[in-house]
Amino acid sequence: MNKRDFLKDAILFFPAAGVLQALACKAEGKELSASATTGYDQAQHWYGMGVDVDKCIGCNRCVEACKAENHVPDEPYFFRTWIERYTIRAHGEVTVECISTKTPEQRLAEQSEPIDPSVLRTFFVPKLCNQCANPPCVQVCPVGATFQTKDGVVLVDETRCIGCRYCIQACPYGARYLNPYTRTADKCTFCYHRVTKNLLPACVEVCPTEARIFGDLKAKADRLVRFQRQNVISVLKPDLNTEPKVRYARLDGEVR
Amino acid sequence: MSDTVPAGLYEQLANQMSQVIGFIYPNEVETHWSILIVVYPYLTGIVAGAFILASLVKVFNVVEVQPIYRLALLTALSFMLIAGLPLQLHLGHPERAWEIFMTPQPTSAMAMFGFVYLWYLLGILLIEVWLEYRQQLVLMAREANNGLMKFLYSALSLFSTDVSPEAVAWDHRASRIVTIIGIPSAFLLHGYVGFIFGSVKANPWWGSVLMPIVFLMSAIVSGIAMVMLVYMVLCALRREKIDMRCLDKVGLFLLVAIIVDFALEGLDYIHRVYQSEESIKILGQLVLVKLFTSLVILQVALGMLLPLLILALVRSKRFSDDMRKVMYFASVLLIELGIFSMRWNVVIGGQMFSKSFRGLMAYKMELTGIESLLMAIVLLSLPFIILTVLHHLLPTRWMEEHGLAAH
Repeated sequence: MNKRDFLKDAILFFPAAGVLQALACKAEGKELSASATTGYDQAQHWYGMGVDVDKCIGCNRCVEACKAENHVPDEPYFFRTWIERYTIRAHGEVTVECISTKTPEQRLAEQSEPIDPSVLRTFFVPKLCNQCANPPCVQVCPVGATFQTKDGVVLVDETRCIGCRYCIQACPYGARYLNPYTRTADKCTFCYHRVTKNLLPACVEVCPTEARIFGDLKAKADRLVRFQRQNVISVLKPDLNTEPKVRYARLDGEVR
Repeated sequence: MSDTVPAGLYEQLANQMSQVIGFIYPNEVETHWSILIVVYPYLTGIVAGAFILASLVKVFNVVEVQPIYRLALLTALSFMLIAGLPLQLHLGHPERAWEIFMTPQPTSAMAMFGFVYLWYLLGILLIEVWLEYRQQLVLMAREANNGLMKFLYSALSLFSTDVSPEAVAWDHRASRIVTIIGIPSAFLLHGYVGFIFGSVKANPWWGSVLMPIVFLMSAIVSGIAMVMLVYMVLCALRREKIDMRCLDKVGLFLLVAIIVDFALEGLDYIHRVYQSEESIKILGQLVLVKLFTSLVILQVALGMLLPLLILALVRSKRFSDDMRKVMYFASVLLIELGIFSMRWNVVIGGQMFSKSFRGLMAYKMELTGIESLLMAIVLLSLPFIILTVLHHLLPTRWMEEHGLAAH
């Protein structure tokens, strides 16, 4: 290649590389980092949630608060968080129900049902997106519309999502749904719009028994860090290596 | 955010919810990948299979298969042109589909598939068809009496005019090279479809390392069967004699492919049952409660074992030509039914059990609308319409039979 050819190629190459780089930045959601303007630095945080299973009373307020806060459709097919009830009977028989799909009247009627003597124990388990550190949903998104923020929250950019639903299939926890209004994938954001302003997620805010503990795993003196130190902790489906950041205290082995 | 939800969605979900058995996560009521995603691997499989059949002629010099070489190529192209359509229609935002090419996420199996698909269509199939037909198109353009047809043939030949023996020899050489590259590409095309499912670790029905190879073998089976079917129907329409040497040879390849496919799928099931992992109970229920008809009866018994038996029988006894035709015809129809059922069982079956492994869901297929039975029928018919048009433009018979002489 002579000098003239080299310069000609270079003239073509540099603008092309610039365009590609701009596209790549856009794809990674880099334009979202606004630390310079708001004073909030994503890199300083790594959010997670603790769930104290013994404290949950199944009141469903977290689910209602989440739906109201995040415009989740009211219909019982779309949830960013929900409550499961486990009933374990004497012969080891396990019944699981999702109480969040029931109407308040149905839940009330169940409370007045006579106690079944064969029941050994019952407990409630709040479920939500596990905000995995190694999220399979992010891995499979063909356009990078779902991504992990530097502070460890998995979000969906609804202006970019093409609605292929691969992420919904890839989530082992059933935490995603297709929003029927936007026709894009939707899920728990840890109320990112609140937590970045130093507020608690709506579900944590309304929980009357403090069964949910929101916190920053990077802060040494955080409530969540203390919760993790003081309790026997498990995560859901650890064998899938998704590294969930929703940590459960005293979780029964029946819970998947 | 729009103010409306798709018509009938909530009714459909309420209906599906009423049919749930056991416990499921609440977001699992909706069947996210519908009938259209069943159609898509079925179409893609036929593309890969038909191309691999065609490559037997070009690369492995199986002369008996020569009469259906062009037909196999055109079949592959017809199905390829439609294969992406079900995916496109299925998207929540079809207008953003181009993002897959503009800002692909390198870790996504689906994003890379877009490039594999494009490569196969533009880099292999279209070039292969063009090289195969170029000489004939030039001659047909010369001899066309109608100005429009003259222009059309010239345009299809990309306005090339050289039909000298050297140029034609170059076409043949190039075509062989493209086919050689095309074989691994066809493997990649359908192996990738299998990988899209097989790599989902959240779903034990899909997550299997054998999935790409099972998809590939079933693709070869469905592709060969489809070309045989098209060839037999075409001969009947043209009132032409079927080349039985060709049909017997293709039937032999089909038999071998179906044996390998059966062995692989059998291995997959045996492996699952023997390993007996956490999910085995719910998968057992899935097969017995939800998929018995579509898997045990349609896919395995009618779609695989019966045609395997018929194809084996064809070879073991001396049947008349007419009897063999009937047997082949029945086999390929059963095979197509079986492979379509296999796609159904993978795609829909994989969404009929809860990832909590505690319950089963239902899928209520809509009859009309975008993701409906009607649309599936339209999408499955379109390749045949395209094939009819292509077949009129690009004759599958050789030039001599067309009365065109090479100059």
